[in-house]
Amino acid sequence: MIEIKNLKTSIEDKKILNGLNLKINKGEVHAIMGPNGSGKSTLSYALSGKEGYDVSGEILFKKKNLLDLNTEERAQSGMFLAFQYPIEIPGVFTNNFLRTSLNSIRKAKNQKELNAIDFLKLLKEKAKSLQINQEMLSRPLNVGFSGGEKKRNEILQMALIEPEFVIMDETDSGLDIDALKIVSNGVNALRNSDRSFLIITHYQRLLNYIKPDFVHVLSNGKIVESGDWKLALELENDGYGKYLN
Amino acid sequence: MTKSEDLIKKYKENSEYTHGFVTDIETIEVPKGLSEQTIKFISKQKQEPEWMLAWRLKAYERLKKMKEPNWQKPKYPKIDYQDLYYYSAPKSLKDQPKSLDEIDPEIRKTYEKLGIPLEEQKRLSGVAVDAVFDSVSVATTFKDELKKIGVIFCSISEAIKEHPELVKKYLGSVIPLTDHYFATLNSAVFTDGSFVYIPPGVRCPMELSTYFRINASNTGQFERTLIIADKGSYVSYLEGCTAPMRDENQLHAANVELVALDDAEIKYSTVQNWYPGDKEGNGGIYNFVTKRGACRGKNSKISWTQVETGSAITWKYPSCILQGDNSQGEFYSVAITNNYQKADTGTKMIHLGKNTKSKIISKGISAGNADNTYRGLVSIHPKAKGAKNFTQCDSLLVGNKCGAHTIPYIENKNSTSDIEHEATTSKISDDQLFYCRQRGLNQEEAVSLIVNGFCKEVLQQLPMEFAVEAQKLVGISLEGSVG
Repeated sequence: MIEIKNLKTSIEDKKILNGLNLKINKGEVHAIMGPNGSGKSTLSYALSGKEGYDVSGEILFKKKNLLDLNTEERAQSGMFLAFQYPIEIPGVFTNNFLRTSLNSIRKAKNQKELNAIDFLKLLKEKAKSLQINQEMLSRPLNVGFSGGEKKRNEILQMALIEPEFVIMDETDSGLDIDALKIVSNGVNALRNSDRSFLIITHYQRLLNYIKPDFVHVLSNGKIVESGDWKLALELENDGYGKYLN
Repeated sequence: MTKSEDLIKKYKENSEYTHGFVTDIETIEVPKGLSEQTIKFISKQKQEPEWMLAWRLKAYERLKKMKEPNWQKPKYPKIDYQDLYYYSAPKSLKDQPKSLDEIDPEIRKTYEKLGIPLEEQKRLSGVAVDAVFDSVSVATTFKDELKKIGVIFCSISEAIKEHPELVKKYLGSVIPLTDHYFATLNSAVFTDGSFVYIPPGVRCPMELSTYFRINASNTGQFERTLIIADKGSYVSYLEGCTAPMRDENQLHAANVELVALDDAEIKYSTVQNWYPGDKEGNGGIYNFVTKRGACRGKNSKISWTQVETGSAITWKYPSCILQGDNSQGEFYSVAITNNYQKADTGTKMIHLGKNTKSKIISKGISAGNADNTYRGLVSIHPKAKGAKNFTQCDSLLVGNKCGAHTIPYIENKNSTSDIEHEATTSKISDDQLFYCRQRGLNQEEAVSLIVNGFCKEVLQQLPMEFAVEAQKLVGISLEGSVG
């Protein structure tokens, strides 16, 4: 699905990622854990194409050079980033945004755009499984949403778009235990042999619900250790101390 | 209508001859510059009655003692009024573009983005075609229907001749001859515009639009519109067009007067998309318009909605004089400035009667190197017991080289009044754009979506079909403003 080779990023001369290598195959779920400031969020931005970063190295996404594509082209070719802090857009109704987004992606894939009626039907079905009510969808995008509502809204968008590769940036932060279960169920429902996930988190907690195939430790902009999900348990007990200088 | 039907008839009759009709027009000598002679010439060309000429000359006398105002924020080079033509004869057919291929490709691109049908594109860009004949038949059908219920909808020139009693009574009753430089200039030299009269108790069954009054095509730079809603009547009037309009005149100084009698309501919607100049700020229209409505009767209502996206400089304050008790004034505005465009716009709500209410919703969007000013006055007079006003002014900045200014004036002379003012300034953030783009929208779609969300409250006031076009226009006006 995606292969990252010697990825280096910096912002305003400050080096963040220092030669990161990672390969994720179809259907795999990888978790990246690491202390604050290790470059986890930067990795998600570098992959999704946020402007303002100097990026070098090579990223092959579905055999294409990802660095040649801009943000929307990456999204249209199947990459989805669930934001740590979903952005508020006043005046733009959530359901309208979701439809515009889905149709932009469908259009790029040469699929038929959904009309309002078909879209609402689909939206209702997806929203129900995430326990999202209609009232929330007719509010402006993320404006006045609780932390839990914002995260569920991210997962709802993921469920609508059905991307092939999902990056989840600290989706568990700010969630209570009930919301965490709802979100995890939403993610697990989308797991299949064609879809890959990269889950960025501080805590092992989320990984109890979404069991990863691999766990990596990111420190000082590099992956310093990899293992299976038991590595997450060790980290929970021992902390990140041994990876820090 | 008769005038243009005549023109078309003549054209049809003469088109078999080589130059018959065309030569006719070219031989009209139009005096240049502003003078008594010019005004007499205009009045004569339009076969106006004596009283109309006298009115124009009175305005001209007044004008000589007046000075151009200069308190506005956008400054412009001095206008040489003696170097302007004040009457433009219908364009000779051979000067008109023969086909759309002769039209500026940029303008054609915009037409396509707005989804304007081919025939309509030709009409807008002044291509000489049969489409005109279609419009005539549509317009005639409309006119017949309106006539049945007593609605008068014609050019102001026609009204001066056919309905002098109404014109005499109301023309200049809202914007007096003495008002200010550009309004007085208009009174002296106005060429054409619309006239609407809705008889008592009639609810006009359709949106009246300049679109259906085809002889509006040559109203030129000094347009004059007068709308009267008699007791208990209602009318919705649409002015302008989302498509960019071609025009060689740089100065536009229109006057629009509205009069609402007891229990009457007028809804006036404008979409203004005149040529804004090029990306470096060269050229473009100066849109210096005076628009004012009088809620003369009790329980009357006037509502202005404007979407201003064009012109190099937009300088206008559609206003309401709330004379009748319980009368209401509304002003909904979206003003978009991009590149080097400048806008200084807002409204005046003058509360004279008891329990009068006004509402102002203004959304200013500034991008590129543009400058956007909201300037408004809410004035509560001593007798306006229980008057209420609500004002909301929001500014949105796109990029970091543009400006937004809010200058609200409030004059309150009655302690029972209730005045609210809210104002915000925000910016389209990089994070918002990144979020939208991560969800598959390209940069332009993202800007359009965010800006449309920002001015939704105003766009919702537009009649349905107009609203959809206006939404697209909002996006197109801001193209290239980011990144």
